[in-house]
Amino acid sequence: MTEIQSLEKRFQDRIDAEERIEPRDWMPEKYRKTLIRQISQHAHSEVVGMLPEGNWITRAPNLRRKLGLIAKVQDEAGHGLYLYSACETLGISRDEVLDQLHTGKAKYSSIFNYPTLTWADIGAIGWLVDGAAILNQVPLCRCSYGPYARAMVRVCKEESFHQRQGYEIMLTLANGTPEQKEMAQDAINRWWWPSLMMFGPNDSESTHSAQSMAWRIKRFSNDELRQRMVDMIKPQTDILGLTLPDPEIKWNEERGAHDFGEIDWDEFWSVVKGDGPCNKERLAARVKAHEEGQWVRDAALAYAEKQEVRKASDGKTKVA
Amino acid sequence: MQNWPLFEIFLRSKNGLSHKHVGSLHAADADMAITNARDVYTRRKEGVSIWVVESKHITASNPEESESMFDPAEDKVYRHPTFYVLPDELEQM
Ligand SMILES: [Fe+2]
Ligand SMILES: [Fe+2]
Repeated sequence: MTEIQSLEKRFQDRIDAEERIEPRDWMPEKYRKTLIRQISQHAHSEVVGMLPEGNWITRAPNLRRKLGLIAKVQDEAGHGLYLYSACETLGISRDEVLDQLHTGKAKYSSIFNYPTLTWADIGAIGWLVDGAAILNQVPLCRCSYGPYARAMVRVCKEESFHQRQGYEIMLTLANGTPEQKEMAQDAINRWWWPSLMMFGPNDSESTHSAQSMAWRIKRFSNDELRQRMVDMIKPQTDILGLTLPDPEIKWNEERGAHDFGEIDWDEFWSVVKGDGPCNKERLAARVKAHEEGQWVRDAALAYAEKQEVRKASDGKTKVA
Repeated sequence: MQNWPLFEIFLRSKNGLSHKHVGSLHAADADMAITNARDVYTRRKEGVSIWVVESKHITASNPEESESMFDPAEDKVYRHPTFYVLPDELEQM
């Protein structure tokens, strides 16, 4: 066995024993790269995800809803920060990670490339999109990489309010006027399939899955999690008195799970590749925010440096 | 961001408990790190006190030397109370 092989074996043994890997431990280069890609994409998704919801803050129907939405969007900013920090422990700088987003090299979740057309979309996002995110994120709390797992524990604690506020919005609309109910149904119709797409390609098409499972970065396959999503959301939709836009959805007694229709994979890949309804707009908004914030970052730094100099010279006069 | 140093954040969740590491963030200086840590790490009353330390000031033990570092404690069972054999009729000690 070469030295690298024996290191790799020891690494895998630790993983198999459910030990956590910490930043300064030896790890295979591919493990590091895989995590940098996944954690940074995850962070970008939290940050870009603020855009479609931020769109409705000023138009929330009342103060209660507005407070909830602001708090949720602020949480998403926090999630992005926890994750960027976790990503940096792998030896990549914040600048580099942001650069990858701004130049379009890094991806973020495609769901945020869909527009928020009505207030009901805010309900649908909290309920469906955060619901899907929770299903993805809960197993990540046991991810083999310590800093990622710890960030996920914080994130998951905060997510359940997101989903509940979304569902409450849907419930209110569903029990409102016929127009409001119709608006809620329309939001479900537009968000349901993209939400299912959040779990990624079918297992048979998923390229990184096997290795990520072996490394315990991932605990469940895309299709397993998607099935959980359908089983979780269907009864919740029934309580709303609304329907999912899938005529094939029905309980399968034998499997103890819902059958459901096929995702439009052409749409999935076209949004991933950049041709979704809002890809350009989202990226442009991020770049603009970053560039227009440059003077704030510069000013804060100049101030800090000035304070530092002042402190140093105060020290000198005291000594003299 | 390039020049904003990285700070490690420690929170005391309530008086009587020690500060505990919760994560890190970038800030122009320590004061800003505290302000930002409040917004990032204590939005739900997770802390009553914050410590920030610039990451570069932390010296860590080397994981590659963890065997020589921590294994010596492994075979010292006599440091634990159960190592000492006492009669059954002794009800409390
Ligand atoms: Fe989030
Ligand atoms: Fe969320």
